[in-house]
Amino acid sequence: MAQHQVNYASAAGLPIALTSVDKLVNWGRSNSLWPLTYGLACCAIEMMASGASRYDFDRMGTIFRASPRQADVMILAGTLSKKHAEFARRLYDQMTEPKWVISMGSCANTGGMFNTYATVQGVDRIVPVDIYLPGCAPRPETLQYALMMLQKKIRRESANMNNNTKQNLRLV
Amino acid sequence: MRKYVPKDNVQGKSYYTDRFWVAPRVPRSEVEEGSHFADVVKALGKKAKESYIEIDTLVVHIDAKKNLEIMTILKEKCGYTQCSEQSAVDYLAQDGEFELFYQLLNIAEAKRVRVVCRLKKGEAIESITSLYKSANFAEREMYDMFGIYVNNHPFLKRILMPDDWEGYPLLKTYPLHGDEFASWYEVDKIFGKEYRDVIGPENRDPARIDRYDTKRFSRVGYEVPFGADISEGEKEQAIEYSSELLVDYNKNAGKQLDERK
Repeated sequence: MAQHQVNYASAAGLPIALTSVDKLVNWGRSNSLWPLTYGLACCAIEMMASGASRYDFDRMGTIFRASPRQADVMILAGTLSKKHAEFARRLYDQMTEPKWVISMGSCANTGGMFNTYATVQGVDRIVPVDIYLPGCAPRPETLQYALMMLQKKIRRESANMNNNTKQNLRLV
Repeated sequence: MRKYVPKDNVQGKSYYTDRFWVAPRVPRSEVEEGSHFADVVKALGKKAKESYIEIDTLVVHIDAKKNLEIMTILKEKCGYTQCSEQSAVDYLAQDGEFELFYQLLNIAEAKRVRVVCRLKKGEAIESITSLYKSANFAEREMYDMFGIYVNNHPFLKRILMPDDWEGYPLLKTYPLHGDEFASWYEVDKIFGKEYRDVIGPENRDPARIDRYDTKRFSRVGYEVPFGADISEGEKEQAIEYSSELLVDYNKNAGKQLDERK
C-alpha cells in the first residue's frame, strides 16, 4: 500500500500526483475489496474470525457486505453441495462487475474429502476462480494473504476488465 | 470376521477400497417373564411375529401392513410416546427386500423398543405421522434415500437431495461417486447440457500424479524439457554437486564403526 502514497515533494512541492487511469482505478478497487457475507461450511468460521477484531479485515479495506449487489469478491468458504451450486452461481451472477472469486479450503478447491455424489468437485466447475486457498480449514492468516495476493493481482490487471485474460475464462 | 484383503497398494489409490466392516452379531436374549417388555409383547399378542432383547432394547418383528395398528398399541397402551428414529436398510441384493425399523422410546419407564418389518421393492408403507409427528421428516428422508413410498404422508417430498434429483443415493446399487445424472447435475442445471464439453468431466482424483505428464510434474534428478514426450522412458541425469564448494566440517570426527555398538 505504501507504493500508492503520494510523494508531494517529487512534483516540485505541488500537491499534484501524476498517474495513469489504470493505476488510479486499480488503487481504488484493490483497497476496497468488499466480499460477500457468504459461508458454506466450517471454512466460514475461519472467514468470520478473519473479519473479526483479532485479525481485522477492515484495516485492509475489506468489509463484508450482506448483498451481492454491493460485493466485489465472492469467498466460497466450504463444501459446495450440488443442491446449492445453483444458488452460489446465482449469487455470483448478481454481483456487479468487476468481480473476483476466492476458493477457500480443500472442499471448495477440489471437493476435498467429500469424494461423493452430492458434492461439487471444485467450485471452478461453476464460477471462474482467481485464488485457490489450500488448507482444511485455512487459517485467517491464509485468507488475509489471499486477499493481499488478490490485491496484487488487481493492481497488475488492466482497469478495463475486457482487456484481462480472465475474461476469456468466463463460462457464460 | 471379514475376509482378508491384501492392502499392499492402498496408498496408490485415492480411496480405500476394502469392504465394509461387518459388525459382530450382538447377543440376543429372551424376554423375561414379569418384566416390562413381557407386558409389551403380551399387549401385541400374535401381531408380534418374533420378539427378543438386544442390548436392553426390545426388538419386535411385525408384518409391514400392520405397522400403524401396532404403533397405536405401543403408544396408547404401552407408553411409547416418542419415535426417535425411523428409516430403512437396503437388503435388496441379499433378500430382495428392505428392512424398515422404528425406534420408540418410553420416557416414564426409560425403555426402548425397535419395531422391525420387511418390505418388498415397490411396496408402500403406511405413514405413522398421525401418531408421531417426528416421523414426518424421517419418512421423507426414507423416501428420499431409498425411494420407499409412504401412504397418507402429509407432504412426501425429497428432503435432502434436490427435488429434481434422479435416483436414490442410499441404495446399495447407487455408486458413491454418483451416476451420470449426478456427475453432471450442477453443469446441466446452471449452464445446460451443451456446456458439458466446455467444463469437462469431474476430476475425482485431484492428487493423482501422472509420471508421463511433463507439463505439470517434474522429476527431481530426471528433468526433461517442458512438454517432452517421455512415454519411452526418460534419460537419467544424476544431480552433480561441486565437491570444492562443500566443506567437510567433520573431517576428523567422521569415523565408521566396524561393529555395531
